[in-house]
Amino acid sequence: MKIDRMRGVSFAAMAAAVLALSACATTGSDAASPDAAASRSDARTLATGLDYAANPDPYPSTYRGLPRENMAIVGGTVFDGAGRRFDNGVVVVTEGRIAAVGDASTPIPAGHARVDAAGRFVTPGVIDVHSHLGVYPSPGVQGMSDGNEATNPNTANVWAEHSLWPQDPGFNAARAGGVTTLQILPGSANLFGGRGVTVRNIPSVTMQGMKMPDAPYGLKMACGENPSRVYGGRNQSPATGMGNMAGYRAAFIAAREYKAKWDKWRADGEGSPPTRNLQLETLAGVLDGSILIQNHCYRADEMAMMIDLSREFGYRVTAFHHAIEAYKIAPMLAREGICADMWTGWWGFKMEALDAIEANAALVDAAPGGCAVIHSDDPELTQRLNQEAAAALAAGRRIGMNISEEHAISWITLNAARSIGIADQTGSLENGKRADVVIWSANPFSVYARADQVFVDGGLAFDRMNPAYQPLSDFELGQPGYGLSAANVRQGAR
Amino acid sequence: MRIHRLMIGAAVAALTFVSAASAQELTAITGGRVLTGASVIENGVVVIQNGRVVSVGTGAAPSGARIIDATGKVVAPGFVAVDSGLGGSEVGSVSGSNDLRANANTISASFDVSYGLDPWSFTLPVARLGGVTRAIVTPQHAGGGGGAHAHDDSDFAGVGAGGLQSPGLFAGQAAVIHLAEGTDILVRPRVAMVAPFGEGGARVAGGARGAEFIQFKETLAEVRLYARNKAAYDRAGLRNLSLSRADLEALIPVAEGRLPLIVTASRASDIQQVLRLAREEGVKIILDGAEEGWLVADQIAAANVPVLLNPISNLPGNFEMRAARMQNAAALNAAGVVIAIKGNEGSTHRARETRYNAGNAVSHGLPYGAAIAAITVNPARIFGMEGQFGELRAGAAADVVVWSGDPLEPLSLAETIFINGQEQAPTSRQFLLRDRYRDGGEGAMPPAYPR
Repeated sequence: MKIDRMRGVSFAAMAAAVLALSACATTGSDAASPDAAASRSDARTLATGLDYAANPDPYPSTYRGLPRENMAIVGGTVFDGAGRRFDNGVVVVTEGRIAAVGDASTPIPAGHARVDAAGRFVTPGVIDVHSHLGVYPSPGVQGMSDGNEATNPNTANVWAEHSLWPQDPGFNAARAGGVTTLQILPGSANLFGGRGVTVRNIPSVTMQGMKMPDAPYGLKMACGENPSRVYGGRNQSPATGMGNMAGYRAAFIAAREYKAKWDKWRADGEGSPPTRNLQLETLAGVLDGSILIQNHCYRADEMAMMIDLSREFGYRVTAFHHAIEAYKIAPMLAREGICADMWTGWWGFKMEALDAIEANAALVDAAPGGCAVIHSDDPELTQRLNQEAAAALAAGRRIGMNISEEHAISWITLNAARSIGIADQTGSLENGKRADVVIWSANPFSVYARADQVFVDGGLAFDRMNPAYQPLSDFELGQPGYGLSAANVRQGAR
Repeated sequence: MRIHRLMIGAAVAALTFVSAASAQELTAITGGRVLTGASVIENGVVVIQNGRVVSVGTGAAPSGARIIDATGKVVAPGFVAVDSGLGGSEVGSVSGSNDLRANANTISASFDVSYGLDPWSFTLPVARLGGVTRAIVTPQHAGGGGGAHAHDDSDFAGVGAGGLQSPGLFAGQAAVIHLAEGTDILVRPRVAMVAPFGEGGARVAGGARGAEFIQFKETLAEVRLYARNKAAYDRAGLRNLSLSRADLEALIPVAEGRLPLIVTASRASDIQQVLRLAREEGVKIILDGAEEGWLVADQIAAANVPVLLNPISNLPGNFEMRAARMQNAAALNAAGVVIAIKGNEGSTHRARETRYNAGNAVSHGLPYGAAIAAITVNPARIFGMEGQFGELRAGAAADVVVWSGDPLEPLSLAETIFINGQEQAPTSRQFLLRDRYRDGGEGAMPPAYPR
């Protein structure tokens, strides 16, 4: 296993080196590797599209951010997402990055506009680690339901970004709830549902325009009832929990072989190159650590088996999603460094959701090193992740746990960033990070709190008081009710 | 085995006796901010006895009463979950545990959910801890209720077995329950008939809205014919009818405007058509859903039709709710419509979220008092039981909840819960699981052993 991990690292390092070079080359396919071993295969440069490493980012982000100005948000109560709280705090944003966070004495550089947040609350942008916006958009009609490639239990070859419809009105609604980053995942019909994609929540005509630069891919895996119901119902494997496990193992055996062939060919350049296989390529990315496992898994016993599976093949599980029973193995998850992504209130809709408890997040959080995350999986709940976190906080306090609000906000900010591998970029108001910031009308743990202003990379993306910052998707134009106001509120603030 | 059963029986009997005794006790809840459902009383006193509210006001507690000090807290009526499945479904995907829908085409309008209600359901304590003390348990249509990702079942509508319409137009009849511990939760069966309109109703009738309206009118004509000619029907002297005798019988009070019909409709135009249908047929209706209701709020108000709604439905989930807005509740209320606010996802497992939905309606323009009324007084009023529950006033059932703070806030807890004057144990299956794993579950003895 140690050897496997090392090989994984060398593969990833090589891919990164090629990526760096191809970024400044005129045509990616002509890029030569600086690596001595790889140079031997120069003569064997593959035809365009047949070598993953020649173009590891074929659908690159074109995200450029909204117009922004340097500013200092002053006078508000700041929860920085990393556990700190500043009453009458200051958040300095320079060139779209957090430049300083502190109390009222924090110096404000010249030329920074002052944004008054007195009486209001300031937090990092909310991150929803489990969303199907764009792939299961509104309207949820058959022609638009693109989230489950339920044609094979292993569709590690599909990418959610290729299904993502940027005009889903749900993105706008989520933003009005403070959501600045989302991981869009395929559904859970399959053992391997495909790659997810992390997006910046700004309106965009193309998927690439919202795709987050430098965010790692996630691979959606699913335990439990869904795959065995979908395929068992077709008299096909998997039909049982043990069939699920056999399916994962077979896939990773094939992925190991695939990866070994490519590693060998890259090292010695001998023989015919392996044929590129998108399914195995994604799984090989899991094995080399460049693609993070995002594992839908409800039950504690199944999570424990998925951890053993990861050891059997030498990869890491980054997060369990819908981890209804995480509280039953909270110390184990903490030791393994695996995030548990949870609801607070959902339960009882199927057998594997039967043992859900509202205190799940609080108990996961209580284990030293635990990573508790509140997620949505739902276009309505994503608009109110702060309230779902509040209910989780209340359940913890009910049993005497002393959990502060500045700590609990991490369940939808910094821990969420950790859960999808972007904590170095966002998730907290810490120097150098992306200035993803929400100014709330009240304490975000109150049901009455509304996101007044939402900034993505320092650019104002939503303003509850200013219709000019209440975008509508193309779909929303000219629909019933368009242009009218309900209870004196314009549609853009729906 | 036999001995065990006897012992358990004795234990249950003892428990029941104790509970019944405590419901008789004179109790005064003092010092709190009292939301009666219709008004607010600061530093109020709520006196209950024999399962009912004796008085609500200010001043001293009656002598000899058990005092519950609610200083700094909020005292509210228990909430009423509308369009709920509480007690009628345990696990959503386990069909054998779900008694909210019937597929038989001989039993459609006559389907009575009250027979399938389970006082021992583990959904009840969970809802109770969210302050829900009553529910309108409402059948679901077997043909599907429309909505996002609905299947197209249109080719399965038409004349089915026995010459009867299949599936039936109606989902069945709703019942009122209370959520108190004990062996009987039924308050009143058959309080309303349920029928889907809009996309769901169109599907039942063969795929088009126009077909359903005609079928509905034809059905009511048959019901009236049957009601006038029961004797002829019984000796087979009446032409063939498209409903079973049980369904015809169940629809007589609907046709006569005595039993309200809960009509599921989202689209503004569907609401208009349904209002017209009700007018033409003399049927009393309750709108359910009404996501686009704000576009025709004045028409709904003028028709004096109440609305059951979920205020957080704000996305164009399908083509009948493209105008859905968070402000729907506020707009309807402002127009003078009586609204009741629902919980989430069928208000069974997530009935406890009713209070959060009310809070979100407030943050989107609904006055606070109207939001409280929408989960207390209004549901009772809509279902013809005003003054009997859902309100803290003399004579009403003593469903009283003492909250640590504003009951619409997620951070507030229901600390003391009375239903019919009986104090409810603050526990649930979920709390038992929580406590079992409270310390990590990694002790020497497996968590399955009692500690």
